Amino acid sequence: MKKTYTCIVCPMSCRITVEEQEEGMKVAGNGCGRGKEYAMNEHTLPKRTLTTTVKVENGRLRRLPVITDSPLPKAKREECLKEIYTVCVQAPVHYGDIVLENVCGTGVDVLASRSVQQKA
Amino acid sequence: MKELTIDVAVIGGGPAGMAAALEAERLGVKVALLERNFELGGILQQCIHDGFGLQRFGVSMAGSSYAQKFINEIEKAEMQVFLDTMVLEITEEKTIYACSSQEGMIRLQCGAIILAMGCRERTAGQILLYGHRPQGVMTAGSVQRYINMEGYLPGKKAVILGSGDIGLIMARRMVLEGIEVKGVYEVMSSPGGLTRNIVQCLEDFEIPLYLSHTVTRIRGKHHLEGVTVMKLDGERKPIPGTEKEIDCDLLVLAVGLIPENELSVQAGVEMDERTRGPLLDEDYMTSIPGIFAAGNVSLVFDLVDYVSQSGEIAAQGAVKYLQGKIDSNPEYEKVQYEGNVQFVVPQRIRKGEKEKEVVFFLRVKHPARRAELICTEKEQILVKKKLPTAAPPEMLSCQVKISPGQSPKVQIPETGNSEE
Repeated sequence: MKKTYTCIVCPMSCRITVEEQEEGMKVAGNGCGRGKEYAMNEHTLPKRTLTTTVKVENGRLRRLPVITDSPLPKAKREECLKEIYTVCVQAPVHYGDIVLENVCGTGVDVLASRSVQQKA
Repeated sequence: MKELTIDVAVIGGGPAGMAAALEAERLGVKVALLERNFELGGILQQCIHDGFGLQRFGVSMAGSSYAQKFINEIEKAEMQVFLDTMVLEITEEKTIYACSSQEGMIRLQCGAIILAMGCRERTAGQILLYGHRPQGVMTAGSVQRYINMEGYLPGKKAVILGSGDIGLIMARRMVLEGIEVKGVYEVMSSPGGLTRNIVQCLEDFEIPLYLSHTVTRIRGKHHLEGVTVMKLDGERKPIPGTEKEIDCDLLVLAVGLIPENELSVQAGVEMDERTRGPLLDEDYMTSIPGIFAAGNVSLVFDLVDYVSQSGEIAAQGAVKYLQGKIDSNPEYEKVQYEGNVQFVVPQRIRKGEKEKEVVFFLRVKHPARRAELICTEKEQILVKKKLPTAAPPEMLSCQVKISPGQSPKVQIPETGNSEE
């Protein structure tokens, strides 16, 4: 089966096709090597950095923004979100603090993407 | 009234203001930073998505993290930071009148001022939406703030008008928070945002994008109940018979940004109709010597990295001005441009000074492939840069060394192979 991906490595936005053949993956339409790698990753195991917020208690804000420390498999996003949303942290929180370790066994940690001070 | 004398005052504590304040302090002058919110960071604090800082720090970070790096630096610095402080007026004599929750009225006499008030979103009133004015119609930035900082969900079923990056980012964000996003509607025939965001924010979540479409009517008296969308013809007029009713309780407007220049205009700063920001020279100095502008108040940037850079340029200019290195009544050479160029900033350069490096920011008028960005002085080519691809949403920049008396011209010759 042939699938088409829009490359986002650079603004050229090449339309790259990936076809699985007996002798391996056939990639076409890429303008450069980085595009080939991107399309193959998108085809086999697409990954995304996940950003969202968690509840923070006793802080100057009600939500703490968080970010995964590396990209997660796209297929695991829903499951990971569910686990992240169970988290509640206490202010003060510091930028870079680990909010959740090894989310859903992916080996990826979820970090605070800013500091939040205690309520005055 | 509290009275203060300061070398450089920066109005606005977002990315431009923070970078400007830090750079001015690094150059050894006394700095005051004024911010109307209870904390620094500006709009970055609600931009929790990643993709910030690639140019400056070489890594993709969340907007909030990008802000935090600067806030941490400012906490170590000696400058005076005024939070919860609203600037009410600035004068040509570089006096600032502000009102603060802590200090009451403040009068600052400044050697130089850097305007860094940022921009604000266009609202429903500015796009002439027909129908009632129910709850549930709000700008993408308001939705972003409710969800990311205040912890409220402003609706359950959303329609987004406008496909700029903010609209696309909010499409993904709303899905992650359980809001059903019915579609993104765009008046223009091409998307307003970057391809990267089309792929990662819409295609990843199977959110449809309707080009050449708009919202023509709002339904619901007290709370939004739905909208009517219509297809547009080549002249952007709705085509009768294409009406489609969509049930939704949230209409998200991502319909453009306007530099927030009330203070600048009031002070008598000359404006540029194209950028909707002050007319600037190579140091980002406005038409009033000693008053500078940086970031989105001067023109709407798409990358925060450039915003920070413009803050630093303005700060260096302000310090030069304090040292008496800038003529108090300068003569200007206009920066010429031609071909596929929408605008160039700075718009002019001071005449008769020694050789200097000037950073130009520009946007193209329409998409192009295999184009060239050329900066010339008469027949001589000063800089030539290949552009494999160029599109209006992506700002271009080039650095040029300019000798005294030179009048540069920036051009992107039409290639005739603009695509799609």
